[in-house]
Amino acid sequence: MSDQILMKGNEAVGEAAIIAGCRYYFAYPITPQNEIPAYMAKRLPEVGGTFLQAESELAAINMVFGASAAGARAMTSSSSPGISLKQEGISYIAGAELPCVIVDMMRGGPGLGNIAGSQADYFQATRGGGNGDYRVLVIAPASVQELADMTVKAFDLADQYSIPVMILGDGFLGQMSEPFTLPKPSGKNFKKPWALTGAKGRKPNIIASMRLTPEDLLEKHNLKLQKTYQEIEANEVMYESYLLDDAEYVIVAYGTSARISRSAITELRKEGIKAGLFRPLTLWPYPYKELKAVSERAKKVLTVEMSLGQMVEDVRLAVQDDAKIDFYGRTGGMLPVSEEIIRKVRSYGG
Amino acid sequence: MEAKTADFKYVYDRPKSLVDVPTHYCPGCGHGIVHKILAEVIDELGIRDDTIIVAPVGCSVLLYNYIDVDGCEAAHGRAPAVATGLKRVHKDKVVISYQGDGDLLAIGTGEAIHVANRGENITTIFMNNAIYGMTGGQMAPTTMENQITKTTPYGRDTSDVGFPIRGCELVNTLESPVFIERCAVYDVKHVLKTKRAIKKGLQNQIEGKGYSFIEVLSMCPTNWGISPVKSAEWVKEVMEPYYRLGNFRDL
Repeated sequence: MSDQILMKGNEAVGEAAIIAGCRYYFAYPITPQNEIPAYMAKRLPEVGGTFLQAESELAAINMVFGASAAGARAMTSSSSPGISLKQEGISYIAGAELPCVIVDMMRGGPGLGNIAGSQADYFQATRGGGNGDYRVLVIAPASVQELADMTVKAFDLADQYSIPVMILGDGFLGQMSEPFTLPKPSGKNFKKPWALTGAKGRKPNIIASMRLTPEDLLEKHNLKLQKTYQEIEANEVMYESYLLDDAEYVIVAYGTSARISRSAITELRKEGIKAGLFRPLTLWPYPYKELKAVSERAKKVLTVEMSLGQMVEDVRLAVQDDAKIDFYGRTGGMLPVSEEIIRKVRSYGG
Repeated sequence: MEAKTADFKYVYDRPKSLVDVPTHYCPGCGHGIVHKILAEVIDELGIRDDTIIVAPVGCSVLLYNYIDVDGCEAAHGRAPAVATGLKRVHKDKVVISYQGDGDLLAIGTGEAIHVANRGENITTIFMNNAIYGMTGGQMAPTTMENQITKTTPYGRDTSDVGFPIRGCELVNTLESPVFIERCAVYDVKHVLKTKRAIKKGLQNQIEGKGYSFIEVLSMCPTNWGISPVKSAEWVKEVMEPYYRLGNFRDL
């Protein structure tokens, strides 16, 4: 217990990034993630890093592009409307096969919406708003500890596969303080022979997503990206099971919704109702196979989200049995209510 | 009388940093000239191993195919942000942001102003040919009043879409830049002046002085619909009176 410290989720992300060796962070202010830039502005100079407040979300993500192209570990963070603006840059980063970490503390939308936590950008995160055949590896932590641990892991995954990795939290997670243990650096070292470092003693390195000429076909490039994505799908799926061994009723939820669902399940179990939680930790790659296996033993699969139904589409793809599917969601910065989850699950029995 | 080899002196060669590939630029285009003098300057300063160029979206998107240094693509208008990221990591490298008029003064105005305002220790080469070349000749922010383009078929109406924007003057309102100069490449004298300005811009960076901005008035015969010779005259007669040539700042 003695090594535990207390921090806000947003601050924990910042410290974890530094532990992971990130020394370049570029961002534009937006609530509810402002503690990340504030933390980095203070902390990065102490470790010889660079914090730069960009003139826009577009500039921030493109500064990340530049720093990553230079071979450094780089990060940006924002919240929903800001992530909309970053989509262009994310597409370019994916196309140029550059690693980076993007943090999204989701807030209510559409438009300016509000500044409370939300999960209404599942589509944006997992399907992307940028153009082209590309993927972003999306990790959805559910606690301050996980935010910190997954931030460290995100940098490794980004470097390993040379892709953008997104930490998808929400305003509640970012703002909540919890005791947690600082993660350790993984110690992994990834070589970046493609980095722009000045072409001393070698041919120039070129970093680009454009493929115009027949001998350098875009389709070939995209198929190469696809191969990486298949590797990620095969190796990097993460999820958590809670009381699923005998579960008749499976609740599927991630992040903050999963925490609320977990307390509902505790109550339901007291009543003798066999409910359990399936919590995807990676939203892409999505644990389709694992959820399919769990759902085959279940009578009902209830998806709980802080949206009006986004992840439920992946649940449908996994379960492949619409009669089993149910959904409960709150939107616009409202939290799902434990009692409502309990009432719904109770109703399946009778 | 037969000349002996010893009577000839080797006085001219392709710059070492200019890659020997066929050009994709149109006859009379200014990009090739500026690419070449940039390669010459890179050779003269001996910075081939230390230079990173950022190519914009526009005709010069393939810049990195011509200059034998590390190169990077940037989304339309974002070259200054990408260059900033590169430079913040590699403070000892020479980072060049090469941009066109649509890139720098339309879709990327924000990035262009802020990179200058931060005094980022990079060099911007701003190619102003008063039109969008790559997309086939639409109005640029620098298109001249009454100039006919694909999207100003009746001529640029300043009461409707405003006046051409002057890049150097705009950058000159900021405190941080150390070097601002507008050049042209319509004749040899001006090409040599442009080369000197680019060299100064890169020297400033090597010396850690800060941000240098070099605007080059350039030709686009294809999209202007006139010959290369007439295009060179058009820069001198139509563009130059509005876009004053010369140095605005040299600290």
